Amino acid sequence: MDITTTRAQGDWAIEADGLVKVFGENRAVDGVDLRVAAGTVYGVLGPNGAGKTTTISMLATLLRPDAGSARIFGHDVQAEPNVVRQLIGVTGQYASVDETLSATENLVLFSRLLGLGRRDARRKASDLLEEFGLTEAAKRPLKQFSGGMRRRLDLAASLIAQPPLIFLDEPTTGLDPRTRAQMWETIRRLVSTGSTVLLTTQYLDEADQLADRIAVIDRGRVVAEGTGDELKASVGESSLQLRLVDPRDLGDAQAAIERVLGVHATASPEAARLTAPMQDADLVAELLVTFRDAGIHLAELSVQKPTLDEVFLTLTGHTAESEAAGDEASGTELELEGSRA
Amino acid sequence: MTTATIVPGAARTLKNHVSFGQTLRNSFSMAWRGLLKIKRTPEQLIDVTVQPILFTVMFTYIFGGAIAGDAMTYLPFLLPGILVQTVITTSVVTGVQLREDMDKGVFDRFRSLPIARVAPLAGALLADTVRYGIATVLTFAAGYVMGYRPEAGLGSVIVASLVVVVAAWSLSWIFAFFGVIARSAGSVQGISFLILFPLTFLSNAFVQADTMPDWLQWFVNINPVSHLVTAARGITMGTDVSGDLLATLVGAVVVVAIFAPLTVRAYMRKA
Repeated sequence: MDITTTRAQGDWAIEADGLVKVFGENRAVDGVDLRVAAGTVYGVLGPNGAGKTTTISMLATLLRPDAGSARIFGHDVQAEPNVVRQLIGVTGQYASVDETLSATENLVLFSRLLGLGRRDARRKASDLLEEFGLTEAAKRPLKQFSGGMRRRLDLAASLIAQPPLIFLDEPTTGLDPRTRAQMWETIRRLVSTGSTVLLTTQYLDEADQLADRIAVIDRGRVVAEGTGDELKASVGESSLQLRLVDPRDLGDAQAAIERVLGVHATASPEAARLTAPMQDADLVAELLVTFRDAGIHLAELSVQKPTLDEVFLTLTGHTAESEAAGDEASGTELELEGSRA
Repeated sequence: MTTATIVPGAARTLKNHVSFGQTLRNSFSMAWRGLLKIKRTPEQLIDVTVQPILFTVMFTYIFGGAIAGDAMTYLPFLLPGILVQTVITTSVVTGVQLREDMDKGVFDRFRSLPIARVAPLAGALLADTVRYGIATVLTFAAGYVMGYRPEAGLGSVIVASLVVVVAAWSLSWIFAFFGVIARSAGSVQGISFLILFPLTFLSNAFVQADTMPDWLQWFVNINPVSHLVTAARGITMGTDVSGDLLATLVGAVVVVAIFAPLTVRAYMRKA
């Protein structure tokens, strides 16, 4: 990966060099380099247990790196942890608010801790509740909050001091599509006020929608970095998926695709299914005409965008799925332990 | 969303040092959180409400006749002892609850805030003095109902209570330390009671030390709990206790001076 360091010192919100964190035998973060420009949204994309949360924990002074260094707006996280804490807001994967307190009490507590007077803390709390649509639920115990409400409160708590850099650790994991869209909207508004945002996600779509640049992280390493378009280009374009009525036509269909689209289609005979990379959508019409002329009947036709799985397959040679399945039990737990212990 | 644009990171002037004043303010904010928690979960007060009443009544009538001839003669002697035992037992709960509390996600946020590192611990311990206060009031109230009238008057009871609460607060740093280093709340309770039982029972809280064998007397006399009990007893009975009082207060300061930095360091290493 090629990181340009031509920018002046103050322009980088985050500079991380060779960050390493080891939990026992597991190298949770294994040499991560990051450069995040001030005023941008940076996405860190990866499956469960890839080291996303551990990386954020180190950048947010919650965990001490075993090797490497990181600077936030030029301030070293180990040498000046308290300065760094004045520059960041952290919204955790699991809402880090006090469950025994009400929403208002939570925000007043954090405001007071951040140095606001009694009256200012109250006003700040009610302002933030208003902004995040939580006014009605302000006095209710947090136990009755939905996942989305909890996330919003968590985010509101991170914004009290108006930090120039905000870490969002999987802000939408586990949320329903409507709440997810609301969260995206909130994040976009945040950026428009001048904040720098580093967000982690398991969804390529989310990183693509929100982030200016994306780092793909796997097994504690950055395996690719670039804009969403660059990343997708490296994976290839959308793919064309065909299912044939008669599996015996597979060979003929494959040959036709080779001839018309000029690409090799992978066949899975048991399902009579063909998958081919699709660079030019216009050629598909021609392909269909060829099929009709050849008497090949289609049961199903679909176009698929590259998924995170395919990004992973291409970039790492193994799927995100198997990674998650294999390491989830130990990896996630370790990551959690690391961030909480 | 606030429309005002955010001050850029590079344009801010920041300090890496937390002042003493801010440490105090942060600790009091955290203590406020502790009080809210007590208000929300009143069932957690069961140990400081039931135990003092139960122990005072039970010990007075079980041991009173055997030790002092009758319950009413025993009561003024026993009450300060029961008070010390109850309040110190309560300080163990501080460590247990701190462990439970630290396992929650909100401590991640506390760690990410530019606040004094000691504040989440000091605040929790500060809020718990309210629990000690409740235990103290109920112990004396139970005694009063049973006929206890302090020789040195109500003022002496208040002074004795304050001494006991201060001592318990300083001791709670020891249990807070276990709370921070232990893996689970259960193990905190285990370790703490292992220390607590010899300390409270091998003292003069329930009987005079001179009734015990010599080797045990030796321990009882150096046991800091004995000094605390003697001080509280002397204050309420109106006798001179300056030696024991001084020993207690110096002991309290020493415990805090050792265990507060240890606890904070362990807490930060985990952070």
